[in-house]
Amino acid sequence: MNVNQSIPPVPPFGQPQPVYPGYHQSSYSGQSGSTAPAIPYGAYNGPVPGYQQTLPQGISRAPPSSGAPPASTAQAACGQVAYGQFGQGDVQNGPSSTVQMQRLPGSQPFGSPLAPVGSQPAVLQPYGPPPTSAQVTAQLAGMQISGAVAPAPPSSGLGYGPPTSLASASGSFPNSGLYGSYPQGQASPVSQAQGHPRIQTPQRSAPSQASSFTPPASGGPRLPSMTGPLLPGQGFGGPSVSQPNHVSSPPPQALPPGTQITGPLGPPPPMHSPQQPGYQPQQNGSFGSTRGPQPNYGSPYPAAPTFGSQPGPPQPLPPKRLDPDAIPSPIQVIEDDRNNRGTEPFVTGVRGQVPPLVTTNFLVKDQGNASPRYIRCTSYNIPCTSDMAKQAQVPLAAVIKPLARLPPDEASPYVVDHGESGPLRCNRCKAYMCPFMQFIEGGRRFQCCFCSCINDVPPQYFQHLDHTGKRVDAYDRPELSLGSYEFLATVDYCKNNKFPSPPAFIFMIDVSYNAIRTGLVRLLCEELKSLLDFLPREGGAEESAIRVGFVTYNKVLHFYNVKSSLAQPQMMVVSDVADMFVPLLDGFLVNVNESRAVITSLLDQIPEMFADTRETETVFVPVIQAGMEALKAAECAGKLFLFHTSLPIAEAPGKLKNRDDRKLINTDKEKTLFQPQTGAYQTLAKECVAQGCCIDLFLFPNQYVDVATLSVVPQLTGGSVYKYACFQVENDQERFLSDLRRDVQKVVGFDAVMRVRTSTGIRAVDFFGAFYMSNTTDVELAGLDGDKTVTVEFKHDDRLNEESGALLQCALLYTSCAGQRRLRIHNLALNCCTQLADLYRNCETDTLINYMAKFAYRGVLNSPVKAVRDTLITQCAQILACYRKNCASPSSAGQLILPECMKLLPVYLNCVLKSDVLQPGAEVTTDDRAYVRQLVTSMDVAETNVFFYPRLLPLTKSPIESTTEPPAVRASEERLSNGDMYLLENGLNLFLWVGASVQQGVVQSLFSVSSFSQITSGLSVLPVLDNPLSKKVRGLIDSLRAQRSRYMKLIVVKQEDKLEMLFKHFLVEDKSLSGGASYVDFLCHMHKEIRQLLS
Amino acid sequence: MATYLEFIQQNEEQDGVRFSWNVWPSSRLEATRMVVPLACLLTPLKERPDLPPVQYEPVLCSRPTCKACNVDVPALIELFPSFQFPPAYGGISEVNQPAELMPQFSTIEYMIQRGAQSPLIFLYVVDTCLEEDDLQALKESLQMSLSLLPPDALVGLITFGRMVQVHELSCEGISKSYVFRGTKDLTAKQIQDMLGLTKPAMPMQQARPAQPQEHPFVSSRFLQPVHKIDMNLTDLLGELQRDPWPVTQGKRPLRSTGVALSIAVGLLEGTFPNTGARIMLFTGGPPTQGPGMVVGDELKIPIRSWHDIEKDNARFMKKATKHYEMLASRTAANGHCIDIYACALDQTGLLEMKCCANLTGGYMVMGDSFNTSLFKQTFQRIFTKDFNGDFRMAFGATLDVKTSRELKIAGAIGPCVSLNVKGPCVSENELGVGGTSQWKICGLDPTSTLGIYFEVVNQHNAPIPQGGRGAIQFVTHYQHSSTQRRIRVTTIARNWADAQTQLRHIEAAFDQEAAAVLMARLGVFRAESEEGPDVLRWLDRQLIRLCQKFGQYNKEDSASFRLSDSFSLYPQFMFHLRRSPFLQVFNNSPDESSYYRHHFARQDLTQSLIMIQPILYSYSFHGPPEPVLLDSSSILADRILLMDTFFQIVIYLGETIAQWRKAGYQDMPEYENFKHLLQAPLDDAQEILQARFPMPRYINTEHGGSQARFLLSKVNPSQTHNNLYAWGQETGAPILTDDVSLQVFMDHLKKLAVSSAC
Repeated sequence: MNVNQSIPPVPPFGQPQPVYPGYHQSSYSGQSGSTAPAIPYGAYNGPVPGYQQTLPQGISRAPPSSGAPPASTAQAACGQVAYGQFGQGDVQNGPSSTVQMQRLPGSQPFGSPLAPVGSQPAVLQPYGPPPTSAQVTAQLAGMQISGAVAPAPPSSGLGYGPPTSLASASGSFPNSGLYGSYPQGQASPVSQAQGHPRIQTPQRSAPSQASSFTPPASGGPRLPSMTGPLLPGQGFGGPSVSQPNHVSSPPPQALPPGTQITGPLGPPPPMHSPQQPGYQPQQNGSFGSTRGPQPNYGSPYPAAPTFGSQPGPPQPLPPKRLDPDAIPSPIQVIEDDRNNRGTEPFVTGVRGQVPPLVTTNFLVKDQGNASPRYIRCTSYNIPCTSDMAKQAQVPLAAVIKPLARLPPDEASPYVVDHGESGPLRCNRCKAYMCPFMQFIEGGRRFQCCFCSCINDVPPQYFQHLDHTGKRVDAYDRPELSLGSYEFLATVDYCKNNKFPSPPAFIFMIDVSYNAIRTGLVRLLCEELKSLLDFLPREGGAEESAIRVGFVTYNKVLHFYNVKSSLAQPQMMVVSDVADMFVPLLDGFLVNVNESRAVITSLLDQIPEMFADTRETETVFVPVIQAGMEALKAAECAGKLFLFHTSLPIAEAPGKLKNRDDRKLINTDKEKTLFQPQTGAYQTLAKECVAQGCCIDLFLFPNQYVDVATLSVVPQLTGGSVYKYACFQVENDQERFLSDLRRDVQKVVGFDAVMRVRTSTGIRAVDFFGAFYMSNTTDVELAGLDGDKTVTVEFKHDDRLNEESGALLQCALLYTSCAGQRRLRIHNLALNCCTQLADLYRNCETDTLINYMAKFAYRGVLNSPVKAVRDTLITQCAQILACYRKNCASPSSAGQLILPECMKLLPVYLNCVLKSDVLQPGAEVTTDDRAYVRQLVTSMDVAETNVFFYPRLLPLTKSPIESTTEPPAVRASEERLSNGDMYLLENGLNLFLWVGASVQQGVVQSLFSVSSFSQITSGLSVLPVLDNPLSKKVRGLIDSLRAQRSRYMKLIVVKQEDKLEMLFKHFLVEDKSLSGGASYVDFLCHMHKEIRQLLS
Repeated sequence: MATYLEFIQQNEEQDGVRFSWNVWPSSRLEATRMVVPLACLLTPLKERPDLPPVQYEPVLCSRPTCKACNVDVPALIELFPSFQFPPAYGGISEVNQPAELMPQFSTIEYMIQRGAQSPLIFLYVVDTCLEEDDLQALKESLQMSLSLLPPDALVGLITFGRMVQVHELSCEGISKSYVFRGTKDLTAKQIQDMLGLTKPAMPMQQARPAQPQEHPFVSSRFLQPVHKIDMNLTDLLGELQRDPWPVTQGKRPLRSTGVALSIAVGLLEGTFPNTGARIMLFTGGPPTQGPGMVVGDELKIPIRSWHDIEKDNARFMKKATKHYEMLASRTAANGHCIDIYACALDQTGLLEMKCCANLTGGYMVMGDSFNTSLFKQTFQRIFTKDFNGDFRMAFGATLDVKTSRELKIAGAIGPCVSLNVKGPCVSENELGVGGTSQWKICGLDPTSTLGIYFEVVNQHNAPIPQGGRGAIQFVTHYQHSSTQRRIRVTTIARNWADAQTQLRHIEAAFDQEAAAVLMARLGVFRAESEEGPDVLRWLDRQLIRLCQKFGQYNKEDSASFRLSDSFSLYPQFMFHLRRSPFLQVFNNSPDESSYYRHHFARQDLTQSLIMIQPILYSYSFHGPPEPVLLDSSSILADRILLMDTFFQIVIYLGETIAQWRKAGYQDMPEYENFKHLLQAPLDDAQEILQARFPMPRYINTEHGGSQARFLLSKVNPSQTHNNLYAWGQETGAPILTDDVSLQVFMDHLKKLAVSSAC
């Protein structure tokens, strides 16, 4: 919605374009000619000029109004203005800040102005019309975003009838008194619906919103509000209406931030107000929905410096830029979801429920569908036909993490043992018994829910049915009542029809000069001594069944015989790297406890033995080959831990040359930087997969090591890559050891095959992640741990049925770390829809981004990066345009309307586009890009979420005694206060930013130095001090680290310091040095794209 | 010098040389008519307790083309008229004569002081695909051997099974080895690269060519002085495991002998070329994979037999032989030698590997198991010391033969390789390994004996003046086991005689023993490359011709045939030679044949004769032990027989004796004499066992015992099932064979000799 507002009509465009310049200036500029291109970006930070220009075009009216209110108001104003413009018909850009509007007290004033605008009627219309709740929601969403919407409601709110929604809304909005009123009015019907819209629930919630709220049970899992919205929707019949309203108001200006603002500010308010009345429901709805996001906005943000500045100018010159506070805020969305859905457990019993966001802490109760921790979908309501799906362009994908770790209060899947007959499966499609199977004929047969084949129930499995047709024992059998469970596999499921031996871990340590010199080898050997006691074990087993082996290497390989009967380890050197083989069988892989003395002795001696080495060359492929051969010889699966330092230039298979060439960036050949240098690696990986040999690679490069090539094998075998550039024991020890510990200890499945079965109508067509596929259906994973995720894309191959929905069954056959062969089954049922709005209401943007990022990151292997970026933008635009066209109520083309569930899509997508892989900065090395590329490939939704949009946590804002994490702030420099300190994390990096004017006392208690200037820049460890602040910060850091699968090394960054550049790279809402657009700019661009599509 | 016999004996003792003819026919034509070529058996390092080495270097004839050593000058001057005294001899006087000028020093040994001394090197190449107790026994033997090695000798260890491991011995704490795949043939360069030998060695040699010897010692981690790593290696050997790779039923263990040897050769080649070194290969079965494989790992396909070879059905033989020949020639070129200790019940591929030992002067030992005294003692005996406390082994010898101009060198047969030194004294006709006047003998001991064949080239129309002498000088450069370089020079002179006028002289000077051995060597040498029957025919023809030439008979009257004393035994030797395992492959596996031939080609005359015609002693109450005819008639019920075939010592109790023993008479005090009788052959056998290398198979059997076959197969089958009843029951034991007896053989010989048809 916000977006809508921001976008001005054509003229505005002209203006906006200039603003964009950074972005896609060219296209814009052409159009913009008229407006003031000059200001463009500058506009942003120095909004004024841009603004002014825009104003003229935008038409006078808006400016004044916006100007009046305080910063916040200003925003609000903008939103309103836009509206107003709308109403007026001409104006333009204003809309951007609808959200703000809402929050701000200023909005009221606007509201009034707005009210007058003709927009209202429009709004109303939508209202009336919007038949489907979905629309409403969508609208709402849009609304929320747009300042305009919000503002309107307040004024009108009172007038509004839809108080029901208010309750919910108010809850969310608490901050602003105005709001309070607002929300109520608005929220009740529309807003909730909209906000919820994502949730879809609205319909169901029919009763009262309020009621819906309270009862989580309602279809809309997330928010009670949902229900609210529904009602309105129903009541209105046309939630869609609301959307139109929105649309209308914001339209034109969006693109040029500056312009938008100006335009919108003044006029919109009035517009809105008028509209709102009509709207209100919708707006409210939007708000309600927003309430998560927007309301919060208002409150937290008001302080933003930019604001302050704006207020002044606004009046004279209408604010030119799109107010950042007005556009959808990830923080807000996250906070709302947390507040609304974090308290109640998420019960999976109902088909097609959208789970809470990944950023929300919630408890899952498995009642027949797999927990979102295992499977998340881009949409929980999928179009019935492929035509619809094509129209919407919303990728249908599931992000599956079959072995996800669960929080301690959730039970891991039950293990079902069906004895010698093995798990019960459909005879035709081989799907496994699951809760969706239909028992018929008194329980003698069952009909497969995937292929409809009727199968006999084996006698030993027979059970009577109760009056509902359910088996009497349904609740005694996990496979009949739960979404996730495991079967014990029979020998038929084993390689060579033999039960597997327990897997093995082989540690392969580079002992070339570099590794020795940095102290890595010594450190590692020391650590391994104790780490070996913590090998993963199953259940209550006393000791791990995993056997271990050791290899060191430089340009030759050294194997070690650590048989327990030996007094001393024996080293066996294999120099024939061209034709690798394993020199010993007995004594290479041993039980840790039995051979402890020998192993300890070995680990003591390795650093000594190579202390004087002068060998700088290393090999790589032969090393993996050796490990693989060793596992083959031992007839078991396993994992290789490879600790490697340098480009393998020694004469051997897989020898590499340094091909790092920055000149290739932005050329058609750029893709070669991501491709492996030779095919040897893929071939090897294939062999590894066949053997169930997974490779975890730890890299310690001092220079280019060609991660793109080296990571091929880990990638295809389901392994992980860790990279520690310029490793130094003092600085990186903790990070490395922590990663290593976690990596060694984590539970892994080996020699796995994953297959995703679907009910008729859709099928899995594409897979992303760290694995290998030798055919089109089976995902082969040499190893799979709890962090690895596979993203699966589905396509239609037939019509789906609304009634039966769509079913997914993900079956993972793997060998547990105790050597047990098992099948893990995850089932998920989705809804199907014939209305696009349902689709848009049940989307999950985080998952979508996960998919899109993986799609794009794979794309760079084959296409120029620019093409990949364009594809992303186009797709995103199509998605949004489709929504606009089909779900939102008609409105001016100038208005940007975003579906509630996808309102963060632009900001997140922008983050993806700006990521190092797709738009590398000057300081980003080829290796870094390749590294990140492969990392993202197997990330889950939570990881991609924070990776692309880092968390920025203020440290001193919240009371020192509070134990919860402080609320995050948006990742923009504007949000930083130089009197505060912030922690920024994205799952890989962790920064502590210290403002220049932070209190001395704080500096003292945290860094133990007396002043800001004495803080060491780049510090990586905070001194351990006994004071509340220090404890709290360190505690916070620890807890952040604990949340991530990789240890994040802390870097202390001082404001105005060199290192700050590095830090700023992660402020993703800002324009980046490498040319990445700011959020606002991108939003405008997006709007332009959408408009083009719509026209 | 009363008789030729004494002369011959004396010569042998003094010079280690026995000639087939001790008076030489003076013309080429006459010489060829003698049938048995002019040749000698030379034992270059014959032990001479009475010969102290002189501490200076030999003086050479200063004529560059000659370079003969200055020994026995009076003879020399006579023989090499152009000999010029080098200036060093300026101060010679009657009282101060250098040793070489004294006539009794026809053999003299010089010690060379210059040059650094290189240590002895022993590289153990050990098969680990053995049964547990075999391996244990082998390990013990190896550990024991460490204590026998000179403390500064370098030792190395390579073990192999499916893989080949080269053990690094210098490291403390952790034992380190380089492992190679057993299926891949590697070049020497690759091996050295992989062992990391090239890098350190190269710059050092280039940088300091002056003292290259110092450094290799340090640089080679694989070869270390015994005294340094004694404990380490003992532990290492102790921890040696059987090859851990599983051997499924119906398969042979995978044994990479070919690659192991190749690596051993490559290792020494890269580190200590031209330094005395022994590669000692201990193997318990045939190579089953990689280059040099002799048989596949399927047990159902047996290893090749003579039958297969004749049918050209031995798949791997040619390739394997080629592999080992290539290794052998490389080893020889580097002056190292390869010993093969093969202990297994089945064949181990000696046929293919024989060249390794044959060409390099290494030992070949064949036994049933490492856990037998045969192996243990044989192995131990390698390290026995002589009266000076030195090992009885020498390395890297070159034998240079010089002749006076009436003679040319036709070739040599023995554990040597040609150095391809052409010269005026090299004949175009080759006998054995010819075409050269120098041979390399990489490993030799005091009994190593070469057969050297000459050709008289003096033309009939250029008679040699009466009393003229021909001379031959053998110059052997070698590395003594004390690591000194030494040179032993033996100069021989013999009288020329005109065969037409002085045939009696020549005849009397015939050494039939030496001649038999020399002819046998020729025969065996031919047998390696020719079909068995052809060789026998050739031998027969030679024998007949000899008899025709030297026999006294009336034409066509075989009864009148007589041979003089000096020839009388020769046909008998030939008879037994024809039956010997050296020429007969029947009943022997290819490995056994190779083994027997190997030893035949390197033992001295006495041993060789035993091999050709085993010795049989008889013990009885009738008197002291006496040698008896190797004939079935010697097998009597009341005798104990002791047979020595070199490879076997057989004690055979006659029927009655066996019964007595069974009845336990030996335990009764009143039959103590019986006890002594039983004990006597045991003691004598022990004596032989003590002295013999390799240790013979010791067989104690009795009448009717299965092992009695060893005896029965050797004796002359004078009584067989065919003529049993013609000879009466009382004497001897019948042999169930269709072989001809000596009597029949002689009859035929006489008939043919007197026949004018030939």
